[in-house]
Amino acid sequence: MTDSAIAVSGLRKAFKDKIVLNGIDLEVREGTVFSLLGPNGAGKTTMVNVLTTLMKADGGTVRVAGHDIANEAKAVRAAIGVTGQFAAVDELLSGQENLQLMVDLNRATSGDGKRVVAELLERFDLVEAAQKPASTYSGGMRRKLDLAMTLVGNPRIIFLDEPTTGLDPRSRRTMWSMIRDLVADGVTIFLTTQYLEEADQLADRIAVLDKGRLVAQGTADDLKRQIPGTHVRLRFTTAAQLDAAARIFTDSTRDDEALALRVPSDGGTQSLRALLDRLDEHSLSAEEFSVHTPDLDDVFLALTGHTTEVDAK
Amino acid sequence: MNTKSHSLVMLRRNFKHIARNPISVFNAVLMPIIIMLMFVYMMGDAFSVGVDYIDYATPGLILLAVCYGLGATATSVNSDMTKGIINRFKVMDVSRGAVLTGHVVASLLTNLLAIAALIGVAFLLGFSPAASFLDWLGVAGVVVLLGFAAGWLTVALGLAAKSPETAGMAAVPLVMLPFFSSAIVPADKMGPGLRQFAEYQPFTPIIETMRGLLAGTPSSSDAITAVAWCVGIGLVGYLWARSTFTKRA
Repeated sequence: MTDSAIAVSGLRKAFKDKIVLNGIDLEVREGTVFSLLGPNGAGKTTMVNVLTTLMKADGGTVRVAGHDIANEAKAVRAAIGVTGQFAAVDELLSGQENLQLMVDLNRATSGDGKRVVAELLERFDLVEAAQKPASTYSGGMRRKLDLAMTLVGNPRIIFLDEPTTGLDPRSRRTMWSMIRDLVADGVTIFLTTQYLEEADQLADRIAVLDKGRLVAQGTADDLKRQIPGTHVRLRFTTAAQLDAAARIFTDSTRDDEALALRVPSDGGTQSLRALLDRLDEHSLSAEEFSVHTPDLDDVFLALTGHTTEVDAK
Repeated sequence: MNTKSHSLVMLRRNFKHIARNPISVFNAVLMPIIIMLMFVYMMGDAFSVGVDYIDYATPGLILLAVCYGLGATATSVNSDMTKGIINRFKVMDVSRGAVLTGHVVASLLTNLLAIAALIGVAFLLGFSPAASFLDWLGVAGVVVLLGFAAGWLTVALGLAAKSPETAGMAAVPLVMLPFFSSAIVPADKMGPGLRQFAEYQPFTPIIETMRGLLAGTPSSSDAITAVAWCVGIGLVGYLWARSTFTKRA
């Protein structure tokens, strides 16, 4: 298939007797964001390491940018960029020197290396700090520099391993918007994260990794739809109305304090219309009406039977 | 085809590191000089070694100067491995040869700088070698060979260590070893046990080779032993470094 940036089939990897990846199949289409979602220790970083040729797989086939990772590692490396879990910047060098180092090591960029560096500093808002050693940078700045270094040489496929772990909310949003800019340029992104919101915000497709297996795959909405629990919330102005409504919808749960009623529903238009019609029949009107779909945390719990917390090893 | 240019880029990077890390320069360049001043001024008169103490001690201190530079090399190799930047290099197809060679060559050049400074100070203290030009070339050859061998061994130690701190510690025996050789006092003045150790450890023939060369009386048997030791240490270091580098992802 020509429009597949990453194709993984039957991927397996074990460290001694501990199986980390147990038969992974997935496909990432060109120009999309694919998010691998999972708690700490699920095998996300191992997956990135295998896909980026840093580790050898025990079984299965992986093609990245059309090249087999086992036989054509060089061609794969030429097409990809990786930003690892820990910002891989040279702390003793300044931001500018770090970027220049990447230019020097990258055979693809030639001649206009200085311009590439200047443009990246500009784009990532690092001009002011360009001459300072990276050891003085804040966490957010380091991540930005790290990503800028990855972009030297214009990789078409970028792997981001937990790019926002440990960042404050503001830096996280900056990083998100930078990732969106990359996607707008047609870059394919393979993103791992333990933040459900991040996958929800950025990814076209999400795969949930748990104990070395993909337990679900699809769009964020697909995943949310896979589990029961979507409901309609009705809020009333008086307790009498709440009582009346509770009598009509017998399977509902009431929240007396908020004068609200939760009515299970699939969220489709037909069932919503039926629900509104029944309110009308009984001459009841709700002050507020909203459809709630569970967030990805709920999805995770439902898919794996346990929460995203894992025991520290 | 790219290994050579990558090695140069890596070497330049290592030099910037050394320049920004004054403590490592202090250790590599100033410590041997301080030790020289200490031994020659404070204790030199107390040792009777048959010749001027400065003439006796300089060859040993040259070796010491090589060893003092190693701690910083081990630490910086380890930082590269543990701080994630190595993965970036690997994905960019920078060969292990380039990364490691950069460290070894930087370590060697630091050694040469330290030794040049040391010999300069030695002359100020009255160092009067009887070496011919060829003898000096011989000393330079021994220094380069030793620096290269010790450099590879140190890179291997740095790669094998878990953290930069333990990497620095791993190089300490190399810094201590010269004191248990004929560097400061002749081995035959040491107590039993220690004397045998000093006579047979690798640094003694290396020092004796330089001592012979600087006195204008080179000894070929010492030289052969010294070269054999250096080649052996270098080879072990190189192979160990290579296999450790491949194992650590």
